[in-house]
Amino acid sequence: MYTARNYVKAESLAQAHALNQRRANAILGGGCWMRMGERMYDTLIDLSGLGLDQIQDRGEEAALGAMVTLRQLETNFMLEKCFDGLFRKCTQHIVGVQFRNCATLGGSVYSRFGFSDIVTALLALSCQVELAGAGRIPLEEYVKQPRDRDVLAWVFVKKDGRPVAYETARNSETDLPVLTCALSRVGESWRAVIGARPGISRVVEDSTWEGLEKQVQALEYGDNMRGSARYRRHLAGVLLKRCREQMEVSGV
Amino acid sequence: MTIKWILNGAARTDEVEADETLLHCLRKVGCLSVKCGCETSGCGLCTVWMDGTPVLSCSVPAPRAEGHAVTTLEGLQEEAAEFGAFLADEGAEQCGFCSPGFIMNVLAMVRELKNPTEEEIQHYLTGNLCRCSGYQGQLRAIRKYLAVKGGEQG
Repeated sequence: MYTARNYVKAESLAQAHALNQRRANAILGGGCWMRMGERMYDTLIDLSGLGLDQIQDRGEEAALGAMVTLRQLETNFMLEKCFDGLFRKCTQHIVGVQFRNCATLGGSVYSRFGFSDIVTALLALSCQVELAGAGRIPLEEYVKQPRDRDVLAWVFVKKDGRPVAYETARNSETDLPVLTCALSRVGESWRAVIGARPGISRVVEDSTWEGLEKQVQALEYGDNMRGSARYRRHLAGVLLKRCREQMEVSGV
Repeated sequence: MTIKWILNGAARTDEVEADETLLHCLRKVGCLSVKCGCETSGCGLCTVWMDGTPVLSCSVPAPRAEGHAVTTLEGLQEEAAEFGAFLADEGAEQCGFCSPGFIMNVLAMVRELKNPTEEEIQHYLTGNLCRCSGYQGQLRAIRKYLAVKGGEQG
């Protein structure tokens, strides 16, 4: 469990951003991951009073606040309808309902967990993140950057109607994934995202299916307690095919 | 720091630490049904409701309870006893350690899902671990409880 001296419920993003410039301070998401650490903080910054727990339909894009819980993503009707159930598929295996009622979108995206179902799924779509300091940047760029002192406030997802599918392999139903895979079709091009390699999710694009499969096989995979690199590479090919089948079943 | 919150229907004011969990705070004020079973945010034993939503009190920071209504098993005695009787009738209980968190999540599910299928029930309850049983007794108890509850509502 972490220790902390102060707890500040931020009254504005600017205040949260200013407080977060000190290395001894940290933003608290849902608390599910941080409680497993032993870090000592000076001030914990709580964003729960800033209206960031909203999922908004803004016409051409969906706006997802950083404090939206994984359960909100799973059960939101607009998201279900606009993104082929992707948000339900990528959250439903994560621990349990109570966990997903706590864990936040912002916590998942900011942390850039290699095993993140959320990051894998989002990268298959056209997403931007809005930071209190740096403004809007593409998610793809954000996840490559090291964790910094900026404050993630919103994730914007373009509602471009692209077909999208999602698959994971897990050793048991609610465990962390051995591999995650998302597939989407952007115009005439395929876009695949492979995560839990076990490193952070990687995106590959190709105009042909064969080319895409080759690129997915050529990604770097590693060993950990959940599976070997060889097993993961094999799984990647299987999950990619299953994603395509998912798309074909839904008539794309 | 001081928080003003509602616990089991009663407004109260308490002193909590910046790094205190809701679980710790609840046990401190006498809600001993709430337990920490795993230390990894994964077992569901510490389930309580925050504004009616089931959460892991081991992960929720106590200061975040400010202005919210928290419900524990202590606040749902009648309903818990009613469902508990179904669990006992099916022989689902062995050590009983996981029951309070499990019952809290079952009662939340009953409120959230309308006529859930077997699959939906398992999906909702999969974050509640029991290390004595194979969950079959619990599932039988839920089916019978839902049948009775559905009959009452219909």
